[in-house]
Amino acid sequence: MEKIPILRMGNLLLVTIQVDLYDRLAENLEADLVQAINKTGAQGVLIDISAVSIIDSFMGRIIGNIATMSKILDAETVVVGMQPAVAITLVELGLPLKGVLSALNVERGIELLTNKIQYKDNDLREMDDGDIE
Amino acid sequence: MVILNKETMTITREVDVIPFRNRLKEYAVKVGMSLVNQTKIITAASELARNMLKYAGGGIAIIEVVSKGRENGIKLTFTDKGPGIPDIKMAMKDGFSTGKSLGLGLPGTKRLVSEFDIQSEVGKGTTVTVTKWKNG
Repeated sequence: MEKIPILRMGNLLLVTIQVDLYDRLAENLEADLVQAINKTGAQGVLIDISAVSIIDSFMGRIIGNIATMSKILDAETVVVGMQPAVAITLVELGLPLKGVLSALNVERGIELLTNKIQYKDNDLREMDDGDIE
Repeated sequence: MVILNKETMTITREVDVIPFRNRLKEYAVKVGMSLVNQTKIITAASELARNMLKYAGGGIAIIEVVSKGRENGIKLTFTDKGPGIPDIKMAMKDGFSTGKSLGLGLPGTKRLVSEFDIQSEVGKGTTVTVTKWKNG
């Protein structure tokens, strides 16, 4: 069966969707990603959709789900490279993907994730320091 | 409306949607649609094909290249022999769904196309017709 590969890079998981999405494939990706976060302890997920020309309500919902599920598992999700025509279509369809972080390209996406993770780590450290004092 | 070209495709499985989308893309390009309009009609088609699969176990999709006056466009007809929709008015409301979806399918699709028509009879089936004009 077709599968979308999930690559690990440090504390990030990278997913590049290079094929036409259909429902089952998107659902499998959702399940695989959540498993992978749990297994690797990744703190960030980067999904590159620059090669995806169609996102309809179902696939949009899966992207939203992935972001929400990752958050519960303490990982941030960034969607990068959305084609302008896809963005226009999603908003007119009524699915603005609220709650999903996005970046223009992979580089900026990684930057955003790294900053988010660092910020979170610093926050935790400050809380720990507070306890000691 | 003059029909310039017509193609019928059967959609009975999820994976059938991909060749259908690709075929539709070819026609949309041939008509000279902008990338945004191509994306809109393909997304609309994807929604309607899913509805057909989910509620009726599949059906038939017809792609037609049509022309009206100076405008060219693409007309899609989705016909299924499913349970039909008892309350079309409700089904066209944003956020209404009998399935487990967000309920954006029909109203969202309507926003993406130039013309939208739905006919349904309970127990007999549903036919949805949408048209997207090249510059519409």
